[in-house]
Amino acid sequence: MRNVSGQADVVIVGGGIVGTSAAFFLRQRGVGVILLERFLVGQQASGTNFGNVRRQGRYLRQLPLANRSRAIWGRIPELTGADVEFMPVGHVRFLWADEQLAVVEKYQRDAAEYGLELHILGRNAIRERFPFIGPEAVAGSWSPHDGHANPRLVAPAFARAARRDGATIVENCEVLSIDRTGEDFTVATASGDYRAPIVLIAGGAWGGGFAAAMGEPVPLDVAGPQMGVTEPLPYFVHPVVGVSTKVPGEVAYLRQIPRGNIIFGGIARRNAALDEQRAKYDPAGVQAQFRQILRLVPALKHARLIRTWSGVEGYMADDLPVMGRSAKIPGLFYAFGFCGHGFQIGPGVGDVMAELIATGATTTPMEDFRIDRFGGSVPVRAHAP
Amino acid sequence: MADPRVIVVGAGPAGIRAAAALVEAGLVPTVIDEASRSGGQIYRRQPENFTRSYEQLYGTEARKARALHTCFDALRHRIDYRPETLAWAVKDGRLHVQSGMTAEALPYDALVLAPGATDRMMPIPGWTRPGCYSLGASQIALKAQACAIGEKVVFMGTGPLLYLVACQYMKAGNAPVAVLDTTPFHRQLRGLALMAARPGQLVKGARLIAALRAGGVRVVRGITPREVTGGEAGVTGVRYADAAGRTFHVECTAVGIGFHLRAESQLADLAGCVFAFDPAVRQWLPAIDAMGRSSVANVYLAGDGVRVLGADGAETSGKLAAQAVLADLGRPQPEDRTRRLLRDMERHVRFARGVARAFPWPHDKVAAIPDETLVCRCEAITAGELRAAVTALEAPEVNRAKAFSRVGMGRCQGRFCGLASQEIVAAACRLPVEKAGRLRGQAPVKPLPIAVTDGGSHA
Ligand SMILES: Cc1cc2nc3c(=O)[nH]c(=O)nc-3n(C[C@H](O)[C@H](O)[C@H](O)COP(=O)(O)OP(=O)(O)OC[C@H]3O[C@@H](n4cnc5c(N)ncnc54)[C@H](O)[C@@H]3O)c2cc1C
Ligand SMILES: Cc1cc2nc3c(=O)[nH]c(=O)nc-3n(C[C@H](O)[C@H](O)[C@H](O)COP(=O)(O)OP(=O)(O)OC[C@H]3O[C@@H](n4cnc5c(N)ncnc54)[C@H](O)[C@@H]3O)c2cc1C
Repeated sequence: MRNVSGQADVVIVGGGIVGTSAAFFLRQRGVGVILLERFLVGQQASGTNFGNVRRQGRYLRQLPLANRSRAIWGRIPELTGADVEFMPVGHVRFLWADEQLAVVEKYQRDAAEYGLELHILGRNAIRERFPFIGPEAVAGSWSPHDGHANPRLVAPAFARAARRDGATIVENCEVLSIDRTGEDFTVATASGDYRAPIVLIAGGAWGGGFAAAMGEPVPLDVAGPQMGVTEPLPYFVHPVVGVSTKVPGEVAYLRQIPRGNIIFGGIARRNAALDEQRAKYDPAGVQAQFRQILRLVPALKHARLIRTWSGVEGYMADDLPVMGRSAKIPGLFYAFGFCGHGFQIGPGVGDVMAELIATGATTTPMEDFRIDRFGGSVPVRAHAP
Repeated sequence: MADPRVIVVGAGPAGIRAAAALVEAGLVPTVIDEASRSGGQIYRRQPENFTRSYEQLYGTEARKARALHTCFDALRHRIDYRPETLAWAVKDGRLHVQSGMTAEALPYDALVLAPGATDRMMPIPGWTRPGCYSLGASQIALKAQACAIGEKVVFMGTGPLLYLVACQYMKAGNAPVAVLDTTPFHRQLRGLALMAARPGQLVKGARLIAALRAGGVRVVRGITPREVTGGEAGVTGVRYADAAGRTFHVECTAVGIGFHLRAESQLADLAGCVFAFDPAVRQWLPAIDAMGRSSVANVYLAGDGVRVLGADGAETSGKLAAQAVLADLGRPQPEDRTRRLLRDMERHVRFARGVARAFPWPHDKVAAIPDETLVCRCEAITAGELRAAVTALEAPEVNRAKAFSRVGMGRCQGRFCGLASQEIVAAACRLPVEKAGRLRGQAPVKPLPIAVTDGGSHA
């Protein structure tokens, strides 16, 4: 008989932004939690992402969750006691083509029904408001209450707060298998077994492997978006900047932090491997990124790149995450595969999963994210452009 | 089969000797160097319009400098030489280089990395004041521009370069006010047995100190740096404690600081080479076999960029690396020659061990610098902020402490603050430094202009 290292109401597998915030919100509801993380919390996608706290452009029926999450973002210092450098400076998407105007206008109307305020700005208005924008831009879609944060700080802040509130956070502890034994799950790790009647799989890109092992395979691809940061420049790009386009090679985004560095990404999404602890950066794509960044902010032509990185992210076939209870095993819950958009909704996901686990229901609609939605066939992409 | 594509990064003693051996075997290597002229660090050439003699420039090393320059000049048209070209990343058998406003990816069958070393720096209160330089920069000012860093100069730190640069200043008619060495005299004796592997070098070193003393330069050993005093306008002096803990202040207008050297190992890191902790120098260094093969097939490492052996060792290791490349390409080399080089290498390694023992990195002093000392110049982060990443934010190792505090995330990417920050984090974690993690390298090795255009790649 293996020794039991710990027992709780819930075992969470994975300590990204989703797992750590779920641990925190479960403790808020008085539920006993053990979180098991293979490396250090927040070291994977949650600590390496671009830092965009963006709702605009999301799948419409995810907006209620994104709004719920946005409310939490504003309260993170109060909830966790940590400053995660969240800055609600707004998010603007620029358009290179007039044809795209109809797309953003429709999105604006639809999003309004979910309470997301967007403003479409014309050629002159964008230049007045965002003097840094390059000459090619024809219009912009402005979301005043989105923003950005420092990804390196967020999951660790939730983990510390959860621990402060009584959660057990175990780092450097890889989960090897999960078995249902009678009433409880046995979660096996190299340093012993953990037991709980409820398990939440929050394993990010690795979540698909766990789901398959539990008899619920889903179509998940693994990739690593490529990130870079410049040396510090005068602070002149205040909002988060993105592009609305149908051309994949034009997708680019950037943000500036008050100390002056410009962080950017886009276009290149290299293959990543699940057996690598860290997604490797591929220098081959950097010039294509530079070109798009310079289209957005031509003043960057004198800037220099000082650091690059990537992260391992899980992308579902329909570009929507898996969130909710297992369709097969009672007591088992999933929240993984966030398709490059999980940072903004992460705290909301933690909150809603805690609600679901503690009360059996959610006040935010979660139907679209069921694990059994693939039902064997791969549906079309549902993500808004 | 087409001619194998071999790239050498670095046109210092190691890179030049490697390239020469490759040319001798009938290959046409590409030689990349970010400097405008060949020679590397110690045999740095003066700008084209300067006319000082070899003897003036290189002193006792004039003969070697001339030999190396002559060797390179003979190679120049038999290699693909690319000066003013930065190697900024390595990935999947391609070296990414940038020259002016052009960037390209060069595929290779074998890559020899010989990027040399830089000063190892210890943060000291006030070390960022105008008038503070590294020992290396102090020397470069003299070699390349024929000027001193200031009128009244103090040199502080430890290592052979400390005395060498002080002597070079004295010879140039600018004797330093003082030489302050963190290593106590009795400690320096401990390296003697190993340094005897190269008696000539040992004698040269002893002569330097004697010359300084004879020239009336105050040499104090076993000191603890306290502060570089001064203000916005510049340096006014150096405060230090002697071995007995008494504090002194020397007035000066410029300070040169350095604590021996650190290998420029980032390209090897980006190439995926396995690193091992070397307790003698308290640095993580890429692992190599006796010939210079790294853990990655077709990546070879030579010179001070893999471990600091000095200029002669760099030349030998460059030749050895070239032999390894040729052998692995199916062109075996005469065995007696390899054996000779390997024997020579052993002497350099022993000597370098002695130097490391005689001039240790004062890691306990580094770990104990006051909270308000700036550790990371690029991001303006203090030792206190770095320690708080460990204590308040619970970072258990260096990469996490970097992620929380930003130390090592600036322009220099930790090349100057990395070793000190490892000591500070390890001490705050109450761990031996080798258990506190290794700072991972990230491309680019040095800043890359965003406006670079694609120069294509040689497929
Ligand atoms: C480069 C990049 C840029 C991005 N930019 C943005 C952005 O700007 N905005 C945005 O909203 N989203 C962005 N994303 C997406 C976002 O980062 C992710 O969707 C989000 O962080 C996912 O959080 P997570 O907790 O599900 O996953 P992760 O952070 O990956 O956490 C999963 C955790 O599970 C652990 N784990 C895995 N297997 C095991 C095991 N066997 N045992 C124990 N633990 C295990 C992992 O170590 C990991 O820590 C980006 C992603 C990347 C990679
Ligand atoms: C500042 C300083 C001063 C020194 N002074 C002395 C001295 O006076 N006497 C002494 O015995 N030893 C001295 N040394 C040690 C001496 O440098 C070495 O022993 C010797 O020069 C090592 O030779 P090398 O070929 O390994 O490297 P180096 O001579 O340093 O040559 C490396 C070359 O690689 C190039 N390079 C590095 N990185 C890149 C890159 N990413 N892309 C392109 N090119 C690159 C550099 O421009 C350089 O030309 C000094 C070292 C330093 C750092």
